[in-house]
Amino acid sequence: MKRYTIFVITENFIGILNRITIIFTRRGINIDALTASESRIEGIHRITIEVTASEDSVIQLVNQIEKIIDVIKAFYHEDDGVVYQEIALYKIPVSKLDGGLEKIIRQHNAKIIAAEPDFVVLELSGHKEQTQELLEILKGYGLLEFARSGRVAVAKRMHTIDSYVK
Amino acid sequence: MKDLMIRGADIVVKTLIEENAEIIFGYPGGAIMPVYDALYDYHDKIKHVLTRHEQGAIHAAQGYARVSGKVGVCLATSGPGATNLITGLADALIDSTPLVCITGQVAAHLLGTDAFQETDMVGISMPCTKWNIQVRSAEEIAPAIAKAFFIARSGRPGPVLIDITKNAQTDFGEFNYVPCLGFRSYQTKIEINRDDVQKAAEVIDAAERPYVLFGQGVVLGKAETEFKAFLDKTGIPAASTLLGSGALPQDHPNFVGKLGMHGNYAPNLLTNQCDVLIAVGMRFDDRVTGDVKRYAKQAKIIHLELDPAEISKTVKSHYSILGDCKDSLALLTEAVSQNSHEEWLEKFRELEREENAAVVQHDITPTKVGLTMGEVIHQVNQYKADDAVLVTDVGQHQMIAWRYFNYKKSRTQVTSGGLGTMGFALPAALGAQMFDFSRQVVCVVGDGGIQMTIQEFGTIMQTKAPVKVILLNNNYLGMVRQWQQMFFDKRYSFTELDNPDFVKIAEAYGIKSQKISDRSDLNEAIEDMLIHDGPYFLEVVVEKEDNVFPMIATGCSVEEVRLS
Repeated sequence: MKRYTIFVITENFIGILNRITIIFTRRGINIDALTASESRIEGIHRITIEVTASEDSVIQLVNQIEKIIDVIKAFYHEDDGVVYQEIALYKIPVSKLDGGLEKIIRQHNAKIIAAEPDFVVLELSGHKEQTQELLEILKGYGLLEFARSGRVAVAKRMHTIDSYVK
Repeated sequence: MKDLMIRGADIVVKTLIEENAEIIFGYPGGAIMPVYDALYDYHDKIKHVLTRHEQGAIHAAQGYARVSGKVGVCLATSGPGATNLITGLADALIDSTPLVCITGQVAAHLLGTDAFQETDMVGISMPCTKWNIQVRSAEEIAPAIAKAFFIARSGRPGPVLIDITKNAQTDFGEFNYVPCLGFRSYQTKIEINRDDVQKAAEVIDAAERPYVLFGQGVVLGKAETEFKAFLDKTGIPAASTLLGSGALPQDHPNFVGKLGMHGNYAPNLLTNQCDVLIAVGMRFDDRVTGDVKRYAKQAKIIHLELDPAEISKTVKSHYSILGDCKDSLALLTEAVSQNSHEEWLEKFRELEREENAAVVQHDITPTKVGLTMGEVIHQVNQYKADDAVLVTDVGQHQMIAWRYFNYKKSRTQVTSGGLGTMGFALPAALGAQMFDFSRQVVCVVGDGGIQMTIQEFGTIMQTKAPVKVILLNNNYLGMVRQWQQMFFDKRYSFTELDNPDFVKIAEAYGIKSQKISDRSDLNEAIEDMLIHDGPYFLEVVVEKEDNVFPMIATGCSVEEVRLS
């Protein structure tokens, strides 16, 4: 079992996400995280799926995804084949702020992106290990809310979407 | 401009006609009524068969598609009408049968409100369609149907569903039909890689005991001639899967039999003795491979396949040729050397004689009092036409009919292979017959399966389709009973059936019928049935507790195939 990133380049067709996710459901494989966005080509979307599985099953997943009529291309990489980033937001009550927090923010390169009378929101971008580390620390500061995005990623391989779109 | 505007419902029918659909199998209802209203005006251009259940309609469309090679068309209303198609969609997807199914849907403004007969048909049918779409305006109808036909019939064929809201059927729109010839996310033409062909040819030429397994891909790819030429040149023994039967005439000198759980002895056993295994248009179904960990481990595997997702899905191939087997077989035949494998073929013949003595004798020339399923099929062979179509349901009779039917032509085999759908045969036979009334269509069915779709006798009555139905009645759900006998200490849990008088039922539908239970009546009964002009129902009472052999039990290896 390893962590893989599956990239799906697809037409923007209603229900496409459903068609993709049922392939995972049917095989009892959990999606760790998923993000979808329009690509740099209008009308073509890219979906990034993070999954922990054996390479054999990832190959099967990718083959089945690529078989979907409106999918243009699907491929996968191990972590070292992609550059990826996640974003995490932490909501902390103002009452818990003290001098220690400043040090933590500096150490982790986090930033305060909102300050309200009752709470502040910190933001940290990075890999899951980094955002997780900060999460553990901030639990000691009365953390009110935490949210983390799925990964956005680009492959290291020098291939462009255009080569798949004929 | 206004003159060019027609009703969405008319667009549906006009597009179907443009796509050369000749016949629709369907069942009306509220949300599809505008289309039915339009059909009234076009009945001279397109036929419609009213089945007695939507499941019957879709199985009939499947039977029609399998025999004709064309796209089967099916029409149903929203809600329950649509959900009744699901079994057929799943069946058609796993058996690669091209279908276009059109379902009605509540008006667009009611979507998501739990309106009367509203169901999320696009959502429900997603896992069992090759593609589906909901259409909510009249303009979208023609492009959607054109695309649906293209997707259904191209590449690896499959079922496609179009859900059309009622407002789209009643609104007016321009009829803008343009045939679909392809689009960027769906590439259907695969260029064969010559290097792959060359490598495969070298491996085949160097092989001492090469062995070919062929499936329905040969039929779907219309590659029967190329396939035969390949065997003629290489002299390699070839065995068929359930759905591949008919792709090669059984009297071909290289044909060695049928594969799988209840296939022939030699083809299964020798899978683990060949040195090169060449799979053509087949997908290594678990019923073919048995325990995959002990399947052909000694062999180099070459896979000729159109669907990239099938390559190394369950059985890893060492060499593969991706693409239409009509192209790849032609290239491969060119690349390989003329050869013969008489000694190796003789091994198959030896084991065939063993199977004959241990199984076939008992099945077709039995010593028991009761009739066997095998002798019934054997008699059908004596009287059937070369291009007679065999339609079977699922269970013991299916395996026996397949084992003993003498396949001589392509597209003569219609059965539910991958899904194993009981109730398939009667409507599928009707559909197969609707393609061509002059072809013999023999429907072999068990007493369990026939009762799942027995209402389609009504459709046979109304269409006068001259289907010949043979009911092999053992008063059991025979295959389940066989497993109970073999693996569950003969605990016959809910497999015995108290059956109705089937002949009375068939006669109530005006179908000429006969019931026999004596061997002495068999010959004449089969002959009478096959020469009868019109539908015919023949019930044959067979031995109650007969078993199908050979058999590869679940979890066993192909070499553990049993003769008893």
